[in-house]
Amino acid sequence: MADGVTDKTPWWLNQRLRGFFAQALVIAVTAGFLAFLAYNTQVNMQARGITNSLDFFSQEAGFGIIQSLIPYSPTSTYAQAFLVGLTNTLFISAVGIVLATLLGLLVGIARLSSNWLVSRLAGAYVEIFRNTPLLLQIFFFYFAVMQALPAVRQSLDVGGLMFVNNRGVYLPRPVPEPAFWAVVGALFIAIAASLWLARWARRRQEATGQPFPVFWSGAALVIVLPLVVYFIVGQPLRWSVPHLAGFNFRGGMVAIPEFTALLLALTIYTAASIAEIVRSGIQAVSHGQTEAALSLGLPQWRVLQLVVLPQALRVIIPPMTSQYLNLTKNSSLATAVGYPDLVSVFAGTTLNQTGQAVVIIGITMGVYLTISLSISLLMNLYNKRVRLVER
Amino acid sequence: MAYVLKERHPDLPPPRSEVGVLGWLRRNLFSTWYNTLFTLVTAYLLWLALPPFFEWAVLHAHYAGEGRQACAGGGACWVFIGDRLPQFFYGFYPAAERWRVDLGFALFVPLIAYLHLPRVRFKLWVGAFTLFVYPVIAYYLFAGGVFGLPAVPTSQWGGLMLTLILAFTGIVGALPLGVLLALGRRSSLPVLRSVSVAFIELWRGVPLITVLFMSSVLLPLFLPTGVEIDKLLRALIAIALFQAAYIAEVVRGGLQAIPKGQFEAAQALGLTYPQSMALVIMPQALKIAIPGIIVTFIELFKDTSLVVIIGLMDLLGITQAALNDPKWLGFAAEGYLFAGLIYWIFCFGLSRYGLYLERRFHTGHRR
Repeated sequence: MADGVTDKTPWWLNQRLRGFFAQALVIAVTAGFLAFLAYNTQVNMQARGITNSLDFFSQEAGFGIIQSLIPYSPTSTYAQAFLVGLTNTLFISAVGIVLATLLGLLVGIARLSSNWLVSRLAGAYVEIFRNTPLLLQIFFFYFAVMQALPAVRQSLDVGGLMFVNNRGVYLPRPVPEPAFWAVVGALFIAIAASLWLARWARRRQEATGQPFPVFWSGAALVIVLPLVVYFIVGQPLRWSVPHLAGFNFRGGMVAIPEFTALLLALTIYTAASIAEIVRSGIQAVSHGQTEAALSLGLPQWRVLQLVVLPQALRVIIPPMTSQYLNLTKNSSLATAVGYPDLVSVFAGTTLNQTGQAVVIIGITMGVYLTISLSISLLMNLYNKRVRLVER
Repeated sequence: MAYVLKERHPDLPPPRSEVGVLGWLRRNLFSTWYNTLFTLVTAYLLWLALPPFFEWAVLHAHYAGEGRQACAGGGACWVFIGDRLPQFFYGFYPAAERWRVDLGFALFVPLIAYLHLPRVRFKLWVGAFTLFVYPVIAYYLFAGGVFGLPAVPTSQWGGLMLTLILAFTGIVGALPLGVLLALGRRSSLPVLRSVSVAFIELWRGVPLITVLFMSSVLLPLFLPTGVEIDKLLRALIAIALFQAAYIAEVVRGGLQAIPKGQFEAAQALGLTYPQSMALVIMPQALKIAIPGIIVTFIELFKDTSLVVIIGLMDLLGITQAALNDPKWLGFAAEGYLFAGLIYWIFCFGLSRYGLYLERRFHTGHRR
């Protein structure tokens, strides 16, 4: 330029070039770091004689597992041990999620109650259990509660059906006869029918404006139809009640102390968080919405059903899902009390026996990652559906 | 005949059933038949639970004495806690050196107090000192080996002291890393974004315990032969990386709440990217993110207890060790209640502190 003034940006201030260099740097550093780790791992594994193969999966595991939902014995393979761990993790997570949701809903609603005693009690519950570590609660329920229970002979007897002692909680076990499948079939048919009914009712209401009591008719269908079938085919369900025989209980089913302690702690701890989510979700619906709905002449429960709950659920469901994920991930604390979950069986015993550290930790993390990411994916789809549509 | 009121009739007092204790009871406990039912059932359950607990923990408890003989009969054995009290606080730190721990934490208090004074000078410097210089001083004070202080290996650190060290270092490490990751995730550069997303989702998708396992089993494999990292440091790195991913998501939430106009206004003023972030965006985003950050810190504080599983003796680890002492078997309830109370005080305190910060930084319109 003739007058010496330049309007051209010098190259080191060019946004695109800068971005390009920054990214190249990030790639180089990340790749270099990973290569460094991979190289060291290679060298170290060779030095210790570890190979990175999956062969160990077909070898005999040789250790027993105190609870398994699928057939397993010490002569089974490591692959089967892995499956036992995985099913145990999924099992305790599923039971925990159901119980924590119920308890959390109850406490969350109780916290909003106009009854001073009830709301204060719920508040105390939330503050106590949310502010102490989960692991401490697990230890408490295992060492201070389950192990302090009376011995088998002095079991606590709950109505002659349930027995609690330091070997676990003994419950009656349902024994379905072949004809029971008819009842299960009836239940599925009833659910399908009530779903169809809901769709039909919505269409009719959209076309003619006439409402239909979907909830009550659906509930009646789901309860009455299986019951009717149950009595028609001759009550094909019996209960095996535990009874004391010699030094132990026979019959029924047992929740081992490790399972019971872990389940109690997971449920109580997560329910405290869920209660807070439910409370804040309901409070997030502004009072004007309730007033507007009431002034339209809707009865109280229809206000709840049609106005408050749909809006509250939009706020509640995403954090609720992440609590469910937390519960699933926290179930890995099982290893602290010896409940045979995935981490305890696979990343614990199997790792110690085979020494395949990289593969085993990788697979364990991969399992949890898969569960988390697939739930997040579903959550994102759901969020897209219920999102407020603005402009 | 007309009756005309010449003066104002004096106000009558409200009905007795509507005010005072009676009115309060009616409004809050017995307003409807089902509320009455709830009140009675709850009161009955509390009556079943609280008096026996009070009897066990206070009335029939044993407070003084020597050894477990002092705890014959029912009631809580607080003698056990008293016997182990130094361990609950210092772990296996040598008794003669415990003044160093006290001094280290005593140094921390005036620093934090100074940072909370409104409008004092050199706040930035004091803050930087607390974040960068204080940890170094504290480390040498605790570990020793310099200035004639006898060395205390980290394997002897324990109890509440270790829990606080884990929590403080975890917070100091996780917050800046989390902010960087959040910025990376919001960046317009695709590589930066995908690296951040991968890092965040990886840590958030797995349980902390597998990360701790990784740090204790895999890290020795990842490093060149001969390089050894202290067990405590490995746990610290694992906790800081893990929580950084959670902080990143909270901060991202705060960033997303800032209207685009703020970014554009900062650019229009000619601020560079770091300037606009540091002066315009971050102060607003962090203010919004405070409740979430505090919740994450509380989670971090509770999660420090997981180091028990890789064999560190934090508050919970020391409790476990004390309960396994053959001389003191059978006092699990007392041990866990005491440890739980300490955890509770810190976590509850943190959550109250969060509420205070929220109020203090609430510069918008109050409702």
